[in-house]
Amino acid sequence: MATSPRSAAVRRGNAVKAARRSPAAKTTRRIAVLVATRKGAWIFRSDPSRRSWRADGPHFLGHVIHHLVLDPRDGRTLLAAAKTGHLGPTIFRSTDLGKTWKEAKQPPAFTKKPDGSGRSVDHTFWLTPGHASEPGAWYAGTSPQGLFRSDDGGVTWSSASPINDDPQYIEWMGTAQDGTPDGPKLHSIIVDPRDPKHLYFAMSSGGVHESTDGGQTFRLLIDGLEVVEGFSRDVPTFHDPHCVRLCPGNPDRLYQQNHCGIYRIDRPSSTWARIGKAMPKKVGDVGFTMVVHPRDDDVAWVLPMDGTSVWPRTSVAGAPAVYTTRNGGRTWQRQAEGLPPQQAWWTVKRQAMSRDARDPVGLYFGTTSGELWMSRDEGGRWNCIARHLPEIYAVEAAELA
Amino acid sequence: MKVLIPSPLRSYTGRAWVEAEGATLGELLADLDRRYPGIRFRMIDEQDRMRRHVRFFVNGDATFDLGQAVRPTDEVCIVQALSGG
Repeated sequence: MATSPRSAAVRRGNAVKAARRSPAAKTTRRIAVLVATRKGAWIFRSDPSRRSWRADGPHFLGHVIHHLVLDPRDGRTLLAAAKTGHLGPTIFRSTDLGKTWKEAKQPPAFTKKPDGSGRSVDHTFWLTPGHASEPGAWYAGTSPQGLFRSDDGGVTWSSASPINDDPQYIEWMGTAQDGTPDGPKLHSIIVDPRDPKHLYFAMSSGGVHESTDGGQTFRLLIDGLEVVEGFSRDVPTFHDPHCVRLCPGNPDRLYQQNHCGIYRIDRPSSTWARIGKAMPKKVGDVGFTMVVHPRDDDVAWVLPMDGTSVWPRTSVAGAPAVYTTRNGGRTWQRQAEGLPPQQAWWTVKRQAMSRDARDPVGLYFGTTSGELWMSRDEGGRWNCIARHLPEIYAVEAAELA
Repeated sequence: MKVLIPSPLRSYTGRAWVEAEGATLGELLADLDRRYPGIRFRMIDEQDRMRRHVRFFVNGDATFDLGQAVRPTDEVCIVQALSGG
C-alpha cells in the first residue's frame, strides 16, 4: 500500500468502527460447506437455521481434491483443484453449483525450459477468488510453489508473477525436502479487499510475501516470525507459515498459524507478534489452521496440535479443542463442548477450517479421519455433521446464490 | 493406429480403444489431445516428461521416449501404473 502510516492508521480505525457498527448481513441465503478430500469432494447444504445438513456427493470420487471454492462474486461458480493417483493435475469448473463440471482448458503449468531444468506442477493446492472489482479473476497456488492467475473464471491459467521463474525465489522455495511430505506448497493467497494489486501469499516452506503491484514484485514479510531451533531466521526457506488470514473487518490486521507459533500483524508494521505465547503451556501454539471473525478483528480461532518430540501432529493429548481469542491474542479460551473428550487423535489441516458470515458466526472444520464438525455459536458447542468421509483436506463455508 | 486408453482417462474419450495418428509417440499424443482436449497434460507434464504413474507400451514393449517412431499398424497401450492406496 502506498500510504503513510498515519493515513493507514486512520483508515484502519474507521474500518474497525464501521465493521463493529455494521450488523451481519441479513440474508436468507443458504450456507454450503464445500469439503475437499483425498478421495473426492462433497457439498453439504443446510437449512436456513444451519441445523440440518444434506450431503451432495461424492463429486470426482477417487480424485485427490485439494481445494473446492465458491466464487463469492456470483454465488454459483465452483472451482475444484484435482488430480488422481495416476494422472497430472487439473482444475474443474462448475457454473451450476456442481451439477455439471468442465475441465479447465489450460490448467496451471510452469514455463517449459529446453534445458530440462524446468519445474512441473504436481497439484494445485490453493484457490483464491480475485478482487470483487475483477470478476472472473482467480489465483491458484501450486505444489511445488507457483502463483498462477486466471482472468476467465478458471478456464485458462497462466503465471501470475515473475517469481515462478525467479532464481532467488526458487532458492527460497527450497527442495522437496523443505516442504510437506505431500510436496512444498504455495498457499494463503490473499487479495486486499481495498486494493486488487495488494496481495499476500505464504509458502511452506518459504515464508510470507507481499506485493503492492499486482504480483509483479514481492517482498518478504517474515520479521518477528520464529523458525525451528538451530536455523537462521534470515533464510526464508526455514520459514514455515501454515495458514495466514486477513481480517475482513480490518484489512490491516492479519493472523497467522505458523509451524513455530501463532502470530498477529497490524499493518503498516512489518513485524509479526507471537500472540500464541499466551496459550496454555500444556497445549502450546502449534497447529495448521486459523480462522478469523468476519467483522471483529479481535476474534480468531485456532485448532492446536501436538508439536512436541517427533511432531505427532494429532490433537493434543487425544482431546481435540478449538481455542479462541476475543482480544487480538492477549488471552485464549478453550472451546471443546461436544468434541470427543479423549482418544480422538485426528488432525485438522491448514485448509480444513472455515467460517460463515452469520451472526453468530458458524464455524466448520474437517478432520483427517473424515469427520465434519460445526458450531452455530462461534465455538460454544460443536456438532458432528458427517462421519466416515475420506481424509479431509479442505473445508470452505460459502453462501449460495 | 489403435490406442488403448486406461480407465482414468476414459472420461475424455468415452471408450477404451480410440484411433489417433502420428509418426512418433509424441505426435500421437498431440493428435490425441486435438481429439480429446486436455488428455495429454494428464499424462505428460509441462516439461514433456512422462508422469510417474502413466506408462506407454508400443506393441507390448514399454517405452519412455516421446520420440519413439510408431507406425499406423502399431498398437499403443497407455497404462496406469501402481500409485498407492
